[in-house]
Amino acid sequence: MIQINIVDREGVEHTLEAPTDMHMNIMELCKAYEFPVKGTCGGMAMCSTCHVYVLSDTPLPEMGAEEEEMLDQAFFVDARSRLGCQLMINEAMDGLQLQLAPESD
Amino acid sequence: MIQTDLIIIGAGPVGLFTVFEAGLLKLRCHLIDILPQPGGQLNEIYPKKPIYDIPGLPSILAKDLTTNLLEQIQPFDPGFSLGERAETLEKTDEGEWQITTNEGTVVRGKVVVLAAGLGSFEPRKPPIPGLPRFEGKGVDYFVKDPEKYRDKDILIAGGGDSALDWTLDLVDIARSVTLVHRRTEFRGAPDSIEKMLKLAEAGRVNLRRNAQVTDVLGDDDGLKQVIISSEEFGEFGQDIDYFIPLFGLTPKLGPIENWGLETTKEGIRVSLPYYETNVPGIFAVGDSNTYEGKLKLILCGFHEATLMVQRAFQYIHPDKKLSFKYTTVMGEQGLLQKAQSL
Repeated sequence: MIQINIVDREGVEHTLEAPTDMHMNIMELCKAYEFPVKGTCGGMAMCSTCHVYVLSDTPLPEMGAEEEEMLDQAFFVDARSRLGCQLMINEAMDGLQLQLAPESD
Repeated sequence: MIQTDLIIIGAGPVGLFTVFEAGLLKLRCHLIDILPQPGGQLNEIYPKKPIYDIPGLPSILAKDLTTNLLEQIQPFDPGFSLGERAETLEKTDEGEWQITTNEGTVVRGKVVVLAAGLGSFEPRKPPIPGLPRFEGKGVDYFVKDPEKYRDKDILIAGGGDSALDWTLDLVDIARSVTLVHRRTEFRGAPDSIEKMLKLAEAGRVNLRRNAQVTDVLGDDDGLKQVIISSEEFGEFGQDIDYFIPLFGLTPKLGPIENWGLETTKEGIRVSLPYYETNVPGIFAVGDSNTYEGKLKLILCGFHEATLMVQRAFQYIHPDKKLSFKYTTVMGEQGLLQKAQSL
C-alpha cells in the first residue's frame, strides 16, 4: 500500500491509500474513490476523461505513443499532463501528487 | 417512412447481434447510427485492438468482429440509417413508436431497442467561451462540402490526420489556410505531414505550431476573428471566415436523454430479465444500460440482446406463442427460411 495525493476539481487535497498488488491504474483508483473521473474508454488511452497533472517529481513510466496521441487531442494540456489510465500504480509512486484536470468534452 | 418491427438505435456490436437474435424470431430490424459506418466503438475508437473475451474467438481485431457480425446478420437483411442521429421519439395513434432522425428519416416500429453504447459520437469541442454562439455561423466541426470554403480564409485547429487531410484538401480551394497546432510534432500519416510541411515552407499553408485558439469574436452575422495564443508570438487576433476545430470524436448520450427514460450516471436503468426500461416497449442493451451486477462487456451485451428479443416478440405478436429452437436444430436451411420469410 502506498499513498497518493490528489487535488480534486474544487481544489481540495485528498490522501488516498493505493494498493500496488492489484494491477490498478490511477484512473481506476480515482473511480474506486468515487472521484468524478469517467474513464469512458475503459483505460485504452482513447479518451481524455482521466487527464491529470503531475505536481511532484515522482518517477513515472514513460509516455507511450497512444497516450501522447490522445493528449494531442485533449484540452487544458500542459507539460505536467498525463492520462491516469496509463499510470499503473507501483511502489515508486509513493507520495505522488496529482491534480485532476478540468473536465472537458 | 420506414416500417419495421424493432427500431435499433446504435449499430455497434450489440445492435448488430440484436438483428440476428430478432431474425431467429422472424422479427425485422432497422438500425440508426450517427456514424457513417456500422461497428460503433469497435470501428471508431479501437479498430485495430485485439479483443480476447469473445467466446470461441481466442483473439479478434475489433474491426474484424464488426465484419463478422455483418456477415452473420446479412441473411436477415436489416435496414440501416447511417450518419443520422435519432432525434425524437413519439407514440403514434396506432400505438407504435416513431423515431425521427436529424436528417428527417422517419422509422416506425412496435419496439425500440437502445443499443447506443456511450451515446452518439459527437465532435470534441475545444473549451473556448463563445464558441457555441458561432456554430454554423463560421465554426464547423466537420467538413461536409469543401466548396463552402472556396475563396474564404479558413483556420483549422488540430494535429491529427483529419486536421492534416483537410488542410491538404482545402489548400487549393480556400483563399488562405491556417493550421494551428498546440505542439511542435504532428501525429498523422508521415506522408501527409511531409506534404503539409512542404506547403508551409512554400508559404501556401500558414502554419502555427505551439499555439492554440483561445477566443472567437464576431457579431450577429457570424465569426469574424479568432484570438491565437502562441508560445512564440504571444496573443494576437487573426481575421478569418471559418474556424474548423478537428479534435476527434467523443460519445454523448444526446437527445435520448429527453425521452423520459430513467437514467443514472452509469446508464439507462433497466429491469431484469428482459432489459426493459421504465417505458414499456423500450429496451436498452449493451453499454447503454445499467442494472445490479452490470458489466460493460460485448459478450454481456450479446446475452442481453438474446433475452430482450424474447420479450420484444410479445409486443409485436401478442397473440403468438414463441417456441424456442436451437440454431443447430434449424440448420442452414431453417435459418435461410426464416430470413426469406422476413
